[in-house]
Amino acid sequence: MSSTPEISIAAKRLRKSYGDKVVLDGIDLTVRAGTIFSLLGPNGAGKTTTVQILSTLIRPDGGTARVEGHDLGRAPDAVRTAIGVTGQFAAVDRLLTGEENLLLMADLHHLDRARGRRRTAELLERFDLVEAAKRLPATYSGGMRRRLDLAMTLVGSPQLIFLDEPTTGLDPRSRQTMWEIIRELADSGVTIFLTTQYLEEADQLANRIAVLHNGKLAAEGGPDELKRLIPGGHVRLRFADEHALLAAMRLLGHSVRGEDGLSLRVPSDCRVRSLRMLLDELDDAGVEAEEFSVNTPDLNDVFFALTDSKREVLSA
Amino acid sequence: MRDSIHDSVTMLRRNLLHARRYPSMTISTVAMPVLMLLLFVGVFGGALGTGIGGASYIGSYVDYVAPGIILMAATSGSVATAVSVSVDMTEGIVNRFRTMAISRSSVLTGHVIGGVIQTMVSIALVVGVALLMGFRPTAGPLDWLGAFGLLLAMTFAMTWLAAAFGLVSKGPESASNAPMPLMFLPMLGSGFVPPERMPGAVRWFAEHQPFTPIIETLRGLLMGTPLVGGTGALALGWCALIALIGFLWARRAFSRAVAR
Ligand SMILES: Nc1ncnc2c1ncn2[C@@H]1O[C@H](COP(=O)(O)OP(=O)(O)O)[C@@H](O)[C@H]1O
Ligand SMILES: [Mg+2]
Repeated sequence: MSSTPEISIAAKRLRKSYGDKVVLDGIDLTVRAGTIFSLLGPNGAGKTTTVQILSTLIRPDGGTARVEGHDLGRAPDAVRTAIGVTGQFAAVDRLLTGEENLLLMADLHHLDRARGRRRTAELLERFDLVEAAKRLPATYSGGMRRRLDLAMTLVGSPQLIFLDEPTTGLDPRSRQTMWEIIRELADSGVTIFLTTQYLEEADQLANRIAVLHNGKLAAEGGPDELKRLIPGGHVRLRFADEHALLAAMRLLGHSVRGEDGLSLRVPSDCRVRSLRMLLDELDDAGVEAEEFSVNTPDLNDVFFALTDSKREVLSA
Repeated sequence: MRDSIHDSVTMLRRNLLHARRYPSMTISTVAMPVLMLLLFVGVFGGALGTGIGGASYIGSYVDYVAPGIILMAATSGSVATAVSVSVDMTEGIVNRFRTMAISRSSVLTGHVIGGVIQTMVSIALVVGVALLMGFRPTAGPLDWLGAFGLLLAMTFAMTWLAAAFGLVSKGPESASNAPMPLMFLPMLGSGFVPPERMPGAVRWFAEHQPFTPIIETLRGLLMGTPLVGGTGALALGWCALIALIGFLWARRAFSRAVAR
């Protein structure tokens, strides 16, 4: 066995189209071993397609990738030995009980009988599925099914795990549980490639985040780096009446009117100096604001700024 | 190679567990030929029996029709494979298998071997019912062995074909319908009535379709009826051809299918 590579995934110019639709338009990815990497994007962005390519399910139209040190195109079986995949949709055998599903995985990983049983018992315990072990997945809640799915992925002790939208459709509690499981996995040294539609999830879990938009990576970096990509946040002002609002709009120029008709969103770097200047400006003109709030940029701003050109209209 | 056998055995165990736990599919594939047997022997038997020439059949139409119906059990059994393959493809579990370092072919091999075992059990049941209804084969041990071999070859061929149907069909329902026409082919062969008694075009079809030599060979083995030279070889040739087509088609369809 070769030593664990520093870089878990190194992909170059991955391309994939379905008919006329370009899904991936040349994306580069680097995932360091032992980290959580999150691919963030709305529905249809191409997250699942990326996972399918990197997990050997489909071939890219162009580009190359090394996964756990093996070339994706030339040594897919070597890649498969190193990875585990929990897809977006349940990949459990619905006709077998939870325990039988895990034992099936143990058999397919060529664990001997005793080790297979031990590993199964261990995973049932760890994922809180002991009571459900002898039942069919149809009787499971959504969260339990995801946990079984993930447990099946872990039977072979993979070095790299793909989690395609692991919390979509889960209730908040199950999502929390899943987050804890993912953190524990990362702590144990497993590399995790996580896709999600939720900024909060990426922010909470990931060491690095890449934003997928229109087939390209619109941005990539640590959560903090991404926030820095947006030069500033904004200030929200609420006025008592339309008259005051219009006066403020004339005064401040770049502001955008909010949906309620009485509030204004003003871009700002949120530094004390500029906030004071803004308030002074309003004071001097005799325009009075009812409410004033400062929004330092969060991932939402990054996300909308990168992926939605109509942001100005939608937010504020 | 060893790994691929190991994986195929694992997949086979999985498929047999499915079949044991959900026997309704197997039962319905046995029910069909048994019903045909009851219908043709119990209801039409008298009328049809006297109509069929050959002195050896007088008074025991069951002896004439049983081989054809036993063969129907082989095709009807393949429906179960078509359905279980198609269910797998819609379930996404196959995608999990495909991201694992297991031999690709083991998924299909497991289905096909499992299907063959189930169908052979069904065939044994149908033979049992035929015996209860007065089927009196004249076969000696070697003939029985030959009949078993032929049925195995036939079942193997039909099961690969069914696996391909299961892979290309849109869902379990259409998968279960796909092999249906095959089930009725024995009727348009020498299964129920000798082709000499059929009208022109139908007769030509009956004499040249794959099931006729297979049925004739089976009948020859079980009942000792005389065979035109080369019928046995023709029967095995058809089985081999169908198996090959089914295998190649299934293999291609399998590597293409990525369940969504
Ligand atoms: N097998 C396919 N055939 C045709 N179009 C596909 C196929 N798979 C995905 N697509 C299209 O590619 C785009 C990206 O899909 P996907 O990777 O599933 O996005 P995501 O996982 O980010 O929601 C979508 O527009 C989808 O309709
Ligand atoms: Mg997806």
